[in-house]
Amino acid sequence: MTDSDTAPGAGEGSRSFDDLLGDCVHCGFCLPTCPTYVLWGEEMDSPRGRIHLMGQMREDDVLSEAAAGHFDNCLGCLACVSSCPSGVAYDALIESTRATVEQEHRRPAGERLLRAAVFALFPYRRRLELMRGPLKAYQASGLNRLVRRTGVLERISPSLATMERIAPPLTGAVPALPEVVPARGRRRAVVGMLTGCVQGAFFPQVNTATARVLASEGCDVVIPREQGCCGALSAHTGRAAEAAGFARATAAAFADAGVDAVVVNSAGCGGTMKHYGRVLEEAGAAPEEVRRAEELSARVVDLSEYLVQLGPRAPRHPLPVRAAYHDACHLSHGQGVTSQPRELLRAIPELEVADLPNPEICCGSAGVYNLLRPQAAGDLGERKSEDVRSTGAELLVAGNPGCSLQIASAMDRAGEPISVAHTAQVLDASIRGLDPAVLLTR
Amino acid sequence: MFDEGEGEPRMPQPLTALIPRLREICGDDGVITDRTRRRTYESDGLTYHASTPGVVVLPTTTDQVAAVVRLCADAGVPFVPRGAGTGLSAGALPHSEGVLIVTSRMRRILEIDVANERAVVQPGVANLEVTRAAAPHGYYYAPDPSSQQVCSVGGNIAENSGGAHCLKYGFTVNHVLGLEIVTPQGEVVRLGGKAADAPGYDLLGAFVGSEGTLGIATEITVRLLRAPQKVRTLLAAFETMDAGGAAVSAIISAGVLPAAVEMMDALSIEAAEAAVACDYPPGAGAVLIVELDGPAADVDAQFERATRLCRESGAFEVRTADDAAERARIWKGRKSAFAAVGRISPAYIVQDGVVPRTALPDVLRRIAELSAASGIRVANVFHAGDGNLHPLVLFDDAEPGASERAAEVSGRILDLCIEHGGSITGEHGVGVDKACQMPEMFSPADLETMDLFRSAFDPAGIANPEKLLPTPRLCGERPGVRKGVHPLVAEGAAEQF
Repeated sequence: MTDSDTAPGAGEGSRSFDDLLGDCVHCGFCLPTCPTYVLWGEEMDSPRGRIHLMGQMREDDVLSEAAAGHFDNCLGCLACVSSCPSGVAYDALIESTRATVEQEHRRPAGERLLRAAVFALFPYRRRLELMRGPLKAYQASGLNRLVRRTGVLERISPSLATMERIAPPLTGAVPALPEVVPARGRRRAVVGMLTGCVQGAFFPQVNTATARVLASEGCDVVIPREQGCCGALSAHTGRAAEAAGFARATAAAFADAGVDAVVVNSAGCGGTMKHYGRVLEEAGAAPEEVRRAEELSARVVDLSEYLVQLGPRAPRHPLPVRAAYHDACHLSHGQGVTSQPRELLRAIPELEVADLPNPEICCGSAGVYNLLRPQAAGDLGERKSEDVRSTGAELLVAGNPGCSLQIASAMDRAGEPISVAHTAQVLDASIRGLDPAVLLTR
Repeated sequence: MFDEGEGEPRMPQPLTALIPRLREICGDDGVITDRTRRRTYESDGLTYHASTPGVVVLPTTTDQVAAVVRLCADAGVPFVPRGAGTGLSAGALPHSEGVLIVTSRMRRILEIDVANERAVVQPGVANLEVTRAAAPHGYYYAPDPSSQQVCSVGGNIAENSGGAHCLKYGFTVNHVLGLEIVTPQGEVVRLGGKAADAPGYDLLGAFVGSEGTLGIATEITVRLLRAPQKVRTLLAAFETMDAGGAAVSAIISAGVLPAAVEMMDALSIEAAEAAVACDYPPGAGAVLIVELDGPAADVDAQFERATRLCRESGAFEVRTADDAAERARIWKGRKSAFAAVGRISPAYIVQDGVVPRTALPDVLRRIAELSAASGIRVANVFHAGDGNLHPLVLFDDAEPGASERAAEVSGRILDLCIEHGGSITGEHGVGVDKACQMPEMFSPADLETMDLFRSAFDPAGIANPEKLLPTPRLCGERPGVRKGVHPLVAEGAAEQF
């Protein structure tokens, strides 16, 4: 599974839900790769069980409370899509099912409030940026250490406690990126770049590293100002109309940018943007609009995928660091991108790259899952941190910011903090010949 | 919240009374009562048979299993054991008025004892996990069913599972040293032990393959084998199945004992290509996978002979694999074949029969004739070395009458196996699916003896009832599947209604 052309779910848009359901032959090959089955060992919380529940939902024409809960328990990591020998498009099935759950299921008041808060905040970069000031002050005051030591927040709300723990350490202001970063040396391509919502507000350094690496490799990097959230968080949570709105806006932002490719450095965003057609179809958009969105999707590539296609030009400097690479689910299972990041990292002199045991199992971050299901996410984070520890790595590299935060937080709780970096930051440090200490800051 | 399930059918009465006790034993989250959840357990890997279990329990310890079984015994309620639910004979088909005991939470590896070459595991541990745990020490667990990354060791015990490599290494029964079991009365008993060959009757051997009718294995001691010094695999492509079959006979009669000899026909190759792009030689009417393992010098010599014999039998392309990655590429198509058939057919039946190796070409020709006459496509995947056929009978379940015609073809294939002196199952077990075909293979006296044996363990008949041995209710309810008068009816021992 390294070829993005065969990325799961592609071309499933035209088939009906019942048709897609019928592809499952109940063989159970998905069970050992499903994070909730690994945790709980229950059929209803396995992909095979959830597909059965979807079948029941269609057959009885009713969505039971029990089934809705098991759909909500799914992390949407898509490991089952990779392990399915029958090619069941679970990604399309669960997205559509989530939309049904959103429409037909009334959640308890507390959870409704939490979801409303999450979706009023996360997809909006400016709102997130407003949070930076208070968050920075909170972190600088040392209050965060007191809060964690006493566990007071854990008792009030495990979701808030998770949010507190995974909030990234913030320094300085968000540096503004120019609308065009010109290629260094002879130009090889013109590419667009998605800055994203959470990435843009909380990980601006990943975006600047991405732009620098692309420019160093000979790309003019076009960064349209009017872009916002790509809609992935909403699409993965069944908020179909909201997701379609974000998808339209993003497609419009890049439509006339004159770029050969749209480079994305966040796995979840790239995975969704490659299936904009499906996102719009789910929301009942007109065929013409779906077609335009598909045109954009065809140009979407993950950063690592693009850099491997392009081939390296900028010289790499040594980075004597022992790193471990973590496969973000929406990169490996969602887009079939596993070899490219490893190839890029292994080409850096003196950088040791270890593979994690159980690479197919999700770390528990899964978009906003760790906020909605803090207990399960925490348990998965713990498992992943044990695997990371077993490699003896001092730096954890991933292609998705959520994973890095989740794993760093789990390692912190276990009393063995680890430095985390995005693939782009490691490449950037190597190309610029920086001291590896800049990556080992935590 | 939804404890009594929504709507019909409600939980049967005797069971409702057991629920509070089951919760005390397994904890609240170890007992599943609501109907929506229970229904997800309605079938194992053979969805053709489905029945919603009365209640589902998820124990984590031997004591919990024993307490649940004692409760069932006292109340006269049937119980059905289930592992990962990958079985292909409906051996874990739930009882609608019984307790389904699922071992999926009993998945701890208790001991890897390298010096004594054995491992102790709980029944819910996946087959491949045993090998993963032993691999760092240079050891592995030999039985390797195609579903090895999913299927549980407990389920392997129940079905006496084989796998591609059982030609050389034998079935599960050859690799189990000891068991802790819970009997149908709820007693915890040990069979066998850590030492080889315990004196007295071989109860361990009898338990392995008993399909959950003699109790539940709760702790399993298996043999670990040293990973072979060298493994070499070849893939040979032939224009016809006959040529492939001739190669198999030539290899075995030359005294070469491969670890595995597997064959796939054109249709199953097509499915595997669609599923995992295994990139087998184009235009092949049959591919043969031959794997040799053992001491390096030995393997190299035998490998050359096997390669030569394939070419002499008409192979138009032979590929070889010398490392794990190349080997995985060759095996990828074969290992995914069953599930991959989902790519080329909306529904299918995986059949499992055995014939003497020499009868293979004739049986395959007869299967092709059956397929042509009925219009039902049949793909063939099989462990060619030991004559274990896995015909995949393809049909469209949306087409009226198609599933019945497919079942008919599938049953006729078993008739062919019996006619040729073979067996109705090589490794998937009898379960519900083939219980009614047992009388075609065994005489009434044979079956009665088996029933007496079963009753010695389970006089009340509550352990996985209506599996393995034919019952009047089971076989009477499915007219057309069995031909002639039921042997028990002929004996006057039963009535059919």
